[in-house]
Amino acid sequence: MTDRALLEVKGLVTAFDTEGGRLRAVDGIDIRVEHGRTLGIVGESGCGKSVTALSIMRLLPQPMGQILEGEIRLEGVDLVQADRDTMHRIRGHRIGMIFQEPMTALNPVHRIGRQIAESLILHKGFDKRQALERAVALLQRVGIPAPEVRLSEYPHQLSGGMRQRVMIAIALACDPALLIADEPTTALDVTVQAQILELIASLRSESGMGVLLITHDLGVIAEQCDDVVVMYAGRVAEQAPVRQLFAEPRHPYTRGLLASIPHLETPRKTRLPTISGMVPTLSALPDGCRFNNRCPHADDRCRREQPPLVRTGPDHHVACHHWQRIASEPTP
Amino acid sequence: MTVPLLELRDLATHFPVRGGVLLRARGTNRAVDGVSLTLDRGKTLGLVGESGCGKSTLGKTVVRLLAPTSGQILFEGQDISKLSRRRLKPLRRELQMVFQDPAESLNSRHTVGNLIEEPLIIHRVGTAAERLARVHELLELVGLPASAAERFPFEFSGGQRQRISIARAIALGPRLLVCDEPVSALDVSIQSQILNLLLHLQQELGLGYLFIAHDLAVVRHVSDTIAVMYLGRIMEYADADGLLARPRHPYTRALISAIPSPDPNRRSRRTVLEGDVPSPIDPPSGCPFHTRCPHAEARCRSERPALRQVARDGATDHLVACHFDL
Repeated sequence: MTDRALLEVKGLVTAFDTEGGRLRAVDGIDIRVEHGRTLGIVGESGCGKSVTALSIMRLLPQPMGQILEGEIRLEGVDLVQADRDTMHRIRGHRIGMIFQEPMTALNPVHRIGRQIAESLILHKGFDKRQALERAVALLQRVGIPAPEVRLSEYPHQLSGGMRQRVMIAIALACDPALLIADEPTTALDVTVQAQILELIASLRSESGMGVLLITHDLGVIAEQCDDVVVMYAGRVAEQAPVRQLFAEPRHPYTRGLLASIPHLETPRKTRLPTISGMVPTLSALPDGCRFNNRCPHADDRCRREQPPLVRTGPDHHVACHHWQRIASEPTP
Repeated sequence: MTVPLLELRDLATHFPVRGGVLLRARGTNRAVDGVSLTLDRGKTLGLVGESGCGKSTLGKTVVRLLAPTSGQILFEGQDISKLSRRRLKPLRRELQMVFQDPAESLNSRHTVGNLIEEPLIIHRVGTAAERLARVHELLELVGLPASAAERFPFEFSGGQRQRISIARAIALGPRLLVCDEPVSALDVSIQSQILNLLLHLQQELGLGYLFIAHDLAVVRHVSDTIAVMYLGRIMEYADADGLLARPRHPYTRALISAIPSPDPNRRSRRTVLEGDVPSPIDPPSGCPFHTRCPHAEARCRSERPALRQVARDGATDHLVACHFDL
């Protein structure tokens, strides 16, 4: 991978100023999304996965949220340094984004057609009629029946799955190079989730865009992604191609997560392996490795010294002092 | 023959749908529409389905937070479907419920101790000292220190709060616990802790669970039998392993194939269902699933299939509501 990545994030630190002081929600992460590939970020609440997405879009809540360090290069342009106008040209044009809850992301008082047309008029210089024609084509592409009728409807007239399709149509209106999907199916039923995930995957292979998919669901990661970043408390715990990660998880957190979800093969009504304790809050992070208070392998070094993300194999990176010993044990 | 812990006979819970200026009833939401199910003592009946299928309404009807429109709820052989509030009160000790979001179900102005003690006070159990000892015992039973009693719910994480609501639900020593999505608001690493706790309590206390959730893998893990619900009706009922291994209803099959498997080597060739769940206010004629079913024929649009036995898995009948043997 010598050529330029579509998106390259290096050493990103994003912090929030709160009454309790400055909290580093994302604390030095590197990620890379290639053209035509899907990178998944998986982690639990508070791990910084959504803050990473908002940092890339430069949509952090103001004035509390700010990027302190690092660079975010989209097609070579550093978004951290970009001014307002540049970001206006990039958002919705080069980067499309879909959120978890389409009802809050769509404007309830505007018709669907207008909401799709908006970015086409703004970014592509279409007139209103051209934009609405293109909106019909987009709705068709995301699988909405009778698109001409839907154009003049309001978000509340659509089902959850249909609304998420509209969100995808808006995100894709200007043929973005990068699609950021933050928990795109979490609010949806499992049969509708399957439809939406299939749609995102087929649109990606048609258009060659890169996808950054953020989710807490390891099943969604396994089915959708080429590469995976596992985040924990603002840092990258492990990073690998998807098959490698599921076949040979090397970080104790990844191993614990994978072991704790019930599989269809797990004997019923038996005790599931667990990760003890709970996700630490940002204001009370342990010293050293942030996972040390929940890790069965933690020793003094882990409580003292933050482990760097090291290369442990082709494209496989792990932030653990003891990954070699742990990885040689059978997967729990 | 022993009497089952819970038996539902043709249970229905309908809501009037009101609209217009005068809020006249304009239709009926048939949220639960003719459900018959059985749960034995100390066992778990899993109830799965998508949003709007009526599974939460069914759960609330079973503990009589909602009044059924028709049908019977037999708790240890006694029909509780028409009991008055006063006659129900002693039964509240036997039937309890755990909700999805402990942040909402626990009053944040009360200490944890007060919250757990409240049902004991309402039912006049023990002296103040005995109740306090019981609160401490319950906290330890759910894996929290006795000192948690003096603190407030907001001082705890989501998983700990769910432990508190479980402690409160079991305070009176119920025999049936209705768990409505008890882990779906929790982080992945916390879900297995709560599932383990529920399994442990079932063994210790002989609790029967009606376990309602949308996650089939989770439901299968804790359940002995599973019922699949769609638009207020049971589509399939079977032994938990039998249902997952040999699903016979096209809806169950689609539901299983839609679950993303946490195994990248098994990216499924799935049967993706078209469309969304129809509204229970105006459900499709005939089989409620026919609008999305890949096998639907003319008969399915006109004739509602009865829930019939198609096989037996061990001691459990395998029931399917479909005209065809697929």
